[in-house]
Amino acid sequence: MCGIIAVIDRSGGTMDGSGIRSALSMMDERGSGEGAGYAVYGAFPEFADYYAIHVFFDAIHESKAAVDQELEKWGTVVHEEEVPTYENRNIRKVHTPWRYFFRPDPSLMPQSMTPEDDIVMHLVMKVNTTIPGALVFSSGKNVGIFKASGWPEDVADFYRIQDYSGYIWLGHNRYPTNTPGWWGGAHPFNLLGWSVVHNGEITSYGTNRRYIESYGYRCTMYTDTEVVAYLFDLLVRRHGLDPELAVKALAPPFWEDIDCMDEKEQRLFRAIRLAYGSAMMNGPFAIVVAQPDGIVGFTDRIKLRPLVCGTRGQRLYISSEEAAIRIMEPGIEEVFMPRAGEPVIGRLAG
Amino acid sequence: MHRVTIDASGMHYTPLNRRIREAVASGAETIEIMNVMGQRFIADGVRGDVTIIIHGVPGGDLGMFMSGPSCIVFGNCDHAPGNTMDSGRIIIHGSAGDAVAHSMRGGQVFVRDSIGYRGGIHMKQYRDKCPILVIGGEFRSFLGEYMAGGLILALRDNRRYPVRERGIGSGIHGGRIIMRGDLLNERCLGVGACQKPLSEEGYRMIVPLIEEFSSHFDADPDTLATDPYIEITPTSSRPFASKYTWE
Amino acid sequence: MSIGSVPVRFGISVDHSQCMLCGRCIENCPYDVFRIENDRIHVNSRKCVACHRCIAMCPRDAIHIRERPVDYRSHPLWTPEARESIYNQARTGKIILAGMGNAKPYPIIFDQLVLDACQVTNPSIDPLREPMELRTYIGKKPRKVEYVREGSDVSLTTELSPNLQIETPIMVGHMSYGAISLNAQKSIAMAVTEMGTYMGTGEGGLHPSLYPYQDHMIVQVASGRFGVDINYLERGAAIEIKIGQGAKPGIGGHLPGEKVCEDVSCTRMIPIGSDAISPAPHHDIYSIEDLKQLVRSLKEATEWKKPVFVKIAAVHNSAAIAAGIARSAADAVVIDGFRGGTGAAPRVFRDHVGIPIEAAVASVDAKLRSQGIRNEVSIIASGGIRESADVAKVIALGADAVYIGTAALVAMGCRVCGTCYRGLCPWGIATQRPDLVARLDPAVASRNVANLIHAWTLELSELMGAAGINSIESLRGNRDRLRGYLLDEATMRVLDVKPVGA
Repeated sequence: MCGIIAVIDRSGGTMDGSGIRSALSMMDERGSGEGAGYAVYGAFPEFADYYAIHVFFDAIHESKAAVDQELEKWGTVVHEEEVPTYENRNIRKVHTPWRYFFRPDPSLMPQSMTPEDDIVMHLVMKVNTTIPGALVFSSGKNVGIFKASGWPEDVADFYRIQDYSGYIWLGHNRYPTNTPGWWGGAHPFNLLGWSVVHNGEITSYGTNRRYIESYGYRCTMYTDTEVVAYLFDLLVRRHGLDPELAVKALAPPFWEDIDCMDEKEQRLFRAIRLAYGSAMMNGPFAIVVAQPDGIVGFTDRIKLRPLVCGTRGQRLYISSEEAAIRIMEPGIEEVFMPRAGEPVIGRLAG
Repeated sequence: MHRVTIDASGMHYTPLNRRIREAVASGAETIEIMNVMGQRFIADGVRGDVTIIIHGVPGGDLGMFMSGPSCIVFGNCDHAPGNTMDSGRIIIHGSAGDAVAHSMRGGQVFVRDSIGYRGGIHMKQYRDKCPILVIGGEFRSFLGEYMAGGLILALRDNRRYPVRERGIGSGIHGGRIIMRGDLLNERCLGVGACQKPLSEEGYRMIVPLIEEFSSHFDADPDTLATDPYIEITPTSSRPFASKYTWE
Repeated sequence: MSIGSVPVRFGISVDHSQCMLCGRCIENCPYDVFRIENDRIHVNSRKCVACHRCIAMCPRDAIHIRERPVDYRSHPLWTPEARESIYNQARTGKIILAGMGNAKPYPIIFDQLVLDACQVTNPSIDPLREPMELRTYIGKKPRKVEYVREGSDVSLTTELSPNLQIETPIMVGHMSYGAISLNAQKSIAMAVTEMGTYMGTGEGGLHPSLYPYQDHMIVQVASGRFGVDINYLERGAAIEIKIGQGAKPGIGGHLPGEKVCEDVSCTRMIPIGSDAISPAPHHDIYSIEDLKQLVRSLKEATEWKKPVFVKIAAVHNSAAIAAGIARSAADAVVIDGFRGGTGAAPRVFRDHVGIPIEAAVASVDAKLRSQGIRNEVSIIASGGIRESADVAKVIALGADAVYIGTAALVAMGCRVCGTCYRGLCPWGIATQRPDLVARLDPAVASRNVANLIHAWTLELSELMGAAGINSIESLRGNRDRLRGYLLDEATMRVLDVKPVGA
């Protein structure tokens, strides 16, 4: 299912949301009008050091107090507001989107190497599994997620994403299959710094979910994509793999190809496959994952979903269709299609 | 000469195809479409002897079920140009996505640059209809998968750019894949495919295609025609026959 | 060590006191079971497949067939079938192919559902004397009707999508030319034309001699794209994309080269003797939005004049898949249950993969309704529909119409011997051998098929009348008119039916 697009300005230059809006709308053929969303990195410069915790409330007066209480238990809310939205005849506002800028208290999780992230992750799982009517859908620093049920252009206008700027944008146009369109099911999916857009269906979801849940994650969005965000968080943040290898764990080379590698490489890939057999994603997919210092795009091992890339200067674009990239960047310099399972990485210049 | 120009800016593919059909019905010999940006199914199911010139980036399935027209594309194509095409010609001045010429039954597709995965999958031939796919640049894994007939000609020199794709001709049970260069590493070949140097007869067959390719894209036919070639063919027209027994 | 021969499956005996040595058994048996020696009919039972052609043709009822006259020592787990599969594979090391539908003795849900009838509180309807509407439209229905009113003049502004109009909710499913003979296809074509319904071509192209019936034919586009060109697409009344088949979900098809004779080669547009391999997936569909693209490409090619169906095998996730299909531009989803027939399928798939049509239809209908998109597609149920009661039950579970397959073949003489894959069908149905094909006379066989559809339609009207329903729409999805008899609670929950007595 779905159409995806992503862009990073590797020099850190910012772009507003109008370009990605038109690129994603160009791919309406890939969606069904039941879900669309955007992620932007660098969205909140004035609160850049705080976790931007975004929550969908079914009814503010019923669930917000419980969320507030949970946040206060673990740190300080330095600012909070309803996410501004603008009436749109094609979008029914079934949730109130809210954002908190939050500073966790690291002393409350002394046994952790990354206490702040772990506190926020714990909070996300806690809220999503125990507080009815509240869903945390974004929890990274300086990251904004804007999603709802509707066509991409309507969702963009509903949040006026052109008013936001950032150095990374992701966009997703959803064609739901396994779950009906609902706001929480729209992409991008986010956890901490990770955001994921995904086209395809992960046939190994049952295996992946049981695997990731054994590490304390809780899948609450009824869709296969959220597991990708958690897998990246686990593999990269907690297990310390670099993104290239994380991709190799999720879409590993075939044994037949491993057998032909030199011995050192063989050892590495055998270990990856043995260790991460349950994390390996199967079925057709094209995915872009973002984190604050870059984006990575990749497809399944036998290339069952499309993915095309383009560059111009410092900007790297990754999308389901070349035309979408050209809408955003008519002067594109180079266009290429990555090999199956090979990551395309755009890093923010350090 | 009757010529029709269509500006496709912001136009959905259905009205665009309607315009094409109208132009064909009115006797146009050339239809020039400007500002194409992602429109799928251009010339889908269109019949007739007409040249359609496309400027921009057409969406997927260009020329699907097409019977007769020639499409000349100045830009890259998305997935599967020539899908289940019956006859006619698609000439792409650029690259194309996955599954180019999928299930193509007749006619010709020329791609100046590269194509994605599964090019020429399940092409098939029958009587006078023999589909041909000519690729100037890279191709990816599973080229000619399930191939049941027709010809794929890859002009990229595999001596200079070694092939590292897998599953070439996987399940091929008809037709042939001809490649410029030396025999491939066996592990590039798919189930049921075998390779050998190209025969004299094979050379005679590709020479006109090389000439045509060169004339479209301004390549040098002499270098192309004098290099060594190999061909990949089915080991049998019943590749999986030995898999089954009756109850 | 040799495994030795296994007990004969069918034992043939000839009652010589009755036999008049007419030789019809010899002529009729394509498996060479019979021969005549010294003025006596001799038999080789081992070659018999129990097609019953000899029995049907013997003027004196002199032939007797016993199933498993010498059986294995009985064992509840190690059935004769289990043992014989092992012997076969021990010898060959290959995948076992089999014909017809699922042959495992799974419980049949249809047979544990009973239909309702009116008594006292509401009147039953006499279908012979009162109007009874079975007309069904297959295709997309508008979600709501929009119009412009000018005074008393109302003009519809909603544009209706093309629908197929059928006079009875019974169609004949896709059996390709190649899998069955041209005479068999022609017989069915004549019957559906007479009955105002439709048949599928299967993935075998459309033979020119069927052109006169093309307005009643649904042309199929499957993963092999055999016989598909714009001419074919335009001839069909509707186009069906075949994704999967109930007898073998998740795998492709394979018409062996020996069945690709000259005529089959011409309709499939492949050389004579070449295997016709239908890949497991369509290689332009790896995802639901790709399916939408194929649907749209077919519509675009035929200028949006024809409904497009999508056929899937009934599997666990059918409901979600159907919901995805409903969101594409498709007009109908065909669900083929795990009892659906086949010319040949790996036995392990035929017997073990997929779910019953009853459960699949119920969950698809429920899912589409819960998402408010039931009008986007019609549901056609197929796979194991044996009688009119099955039609009524599956419609009550949510289907719009059914495809029959095996039942239509049985109407032409098929004895369900399940040996279609041999290509020697003595009834002239599943064969391309000219002398065998000639045994099937389209004039007679079409009458038989038409009679069957007619009789089921009458019975369906009676069942509806008894339930106080005079229009098929009121039966569709009306699960309140079904009860489960000794069905387990979980299944009843899926079917959304109550138990008998409740």
